[in-house]
Amino acid sequence: MRVFSEIGSYFLLMYRVFSRPEKTRIYWRQLVLEIEKLGIHSLGIVAIISVFMGGIITLQLTYNTSSPLMPTYLIGLGNRDTLILEFSCTVLSLMMAGKVGSNIASEIGSMRVTEQIDSLELMGVNSASFLILPKIIAVVFISPILFILSVFCGIIGGLIAGPLSGVVTVAEYMGGIKTAFVPFFVTFSIIKTLVFGFLIATVPAYLGYNVQGGALEVGRASTRSVVSTSILILFFDLILTQLLFK
Amino acid sequence: MIEIKNIKKSFENRPILKDVTTLFEKGKTNLIIGQSGSGKTVLLKSIVRLIEVDEGEILFDGRDIRKMNFNDLKKLRQEMGMVFQGGALFDSLTVAENVRFPMDMFTSMSAGEKNKHVDFCLDRVNIKGAHHLNPSEISGGMRKRVAIARAIALNPKYLFCDEPNSGLDPVTSILIDNLIKEITVEFDITTLINTHDMNSVMEIGDNILFISNGENGWEGNNTQVLFTRNKKLNEFIFASPLSKRIRDLRQREDDE
Repeated sequence: MRVFSEIGSYFLLMYRVFSRPEKTRIYWRQLVLEIEKLGIHSLGIVAIISVFMGGIITLQLTYNTSSPLMPTYLIGLGNRDTLILEFSCTVLSLMMAGKVGSNIASEIGSMRVTEQIDSLELMGVNSASFLILPKIIAVVFISPILFILSVFCGIIGGLIAGPLSGVVTVAEYMGGIKTAFVPFFVTFSIIKTLVFGFLIATVPAYLGYNVQGGALEVGRASTRSVVSTSILILFFDLILTQLLFK
Repeated sequence: MIEIKNIKKSFENRPILKDVTTLFEKGKTNLIIGQSGSGKTVLLKSIVRLIEVDEGEILFDGRDIRKMNFNDLKKLRQEMGMVFQGGALFDSLTVAENVRFPMDMFTSMSAGEKNKHVDFCLDRVNIKGAHHLNPSEISGGMRKRVAIARAIALNPKYLFCDEPNSGLDPVTSILIDNLIKEITVEFDITTLINTHDMNSVMEIGDNILFISNGENGWEGNNTQVLFTRNKKLNEFIFASPLSKRIRDLRQREDDE
C-alpha cells in the first residue's frame, strides 16, 4: 500500500511542479544556474570515466573474443555499439543518479528541514515548481549532451588503449568504428537518456521535498534517492529496450 | 486582525490543539506563549496554513484562509511576512538577494528601486555593510534581522515570528523584540510572536495568549500576566527563583 501512496504523492508533486511559474525570468536564471551546477560540473567526470571505460571495453573485447575467425576491426565496432547502446546512456545515468541525484535530494531536503521551503510557500511562491522544475529541465537538457560526449570520449579511450597495447591498429579500430553503423541506435539511446534524466531529477527531488526530521533524515533521503533512481533506471531500460526494439 | 475560532488539530490521533479561540489585534504585538511541546508552533503554522487544521475557522480580516483555493492562498500569503526560528534565509543567496527575493518574485519594480528598497529594509533592521555576505557568514542575531528585513520587504499586513529570540544573547534578544515592536506600530501590522522568552513577554506583550496542553490557558497583557492567579501560567512564567523574586519586588513597589 505504501508504494501506491508514494506513487500518488509523486504524481501530485509533479502536478505542482508543472503548474504555471510565477515569474518566468526568475526561472530562467535558476535554469542557467542548474545547468551549470548539475550539467557543466559533470562534464569532467563523465569524460574521464568514458575514456577509461572505452579503453577497458576495447581491451576486454580483444582478450575475450579473440579468434582467427573474427576480424579485428570488430573490436572498434563492439566498443562503439557497447558505448552507444548501454554504457553511455544506462551506466552513465546510474553514475549521474549517484552524483546529481544525491545532490538534488540533499539540497532540497536541507531546505525542507531548515524551513526554507516553508519560507518560500509563505511568500506565496510555488516552492515545488520554483525548486524542482529548473532542475528537471536542466538534467533532461544536459543528459543527451553528456551521452554524446561520453560516446566520443569512450571511442577516444579505445583508440588510445587498443593501439597502445598492440591488440589492434588505429586503421583497424577506426574501420570498425565506421562499420555497420545504425543511426537508430543513437536515437534509441537519446530517448533513453531523456527518460533517465527525468528520473534522475524527479525521484531525488520528490524524496528531498518530503523529508521530515533533521540531518539524519536528509542523509537517508539522499541514499534512498540513489537506490530508487538506480532501480528505476534499470527497470525503464528494460521496458524501453523491449518497446523500441520490438 | 486575525481571528481564530475553535481550532482543533491532531497528529495520528494525538490531539495537539484541542479548542483554541482568540483574536489577534492589528498594530499590536500578539504573543503566543507556552511550554515546549504545548502546541505553539503548530498553532502558528496552522494559522498561516502550513499545517492544515482538522476543524475551526481562521479569519484574516474576515477572509477564511481554510476556504481559499491555491491562487487565493498565494495572494493572501503575499500579504504575510514570517520570521522562522532559524531565519530560513536562502543559503544560495546573499543578504541583499534574500531581501530582494520577494520583490523579484512579486513586483515589477526596476532594479534601482529594488536596490533602494533593499537598503531601506536593511537599514530599518540596523544592518550595514553586509549586503554581499552569505547567510553562513553572518551571526545568528544578524540572520534574524535579515529575516525580519525580508519579511517586511513587501510591506506585509501580517507578520509572524516563530521564536525570534531563540539562540540569541539577552542584549540581542531585546534589540530584536524592540525592532519587531517598532515595525508593528510603524507599519500598523498584525504581529504574532511565538515565544517562551520572558523578557519578550514583559517588554512587548500587548496581547498574550498562553497555550497549555493545546488549549487557551490564559489571555491578557504584560501587566496582567504578572499578577495572574492562573496556577499553570504562574508555574510557567515564574519557573525560576530569580523571576519569583522579581515579581515579589515589583509587587512590593506597586503596594508602596
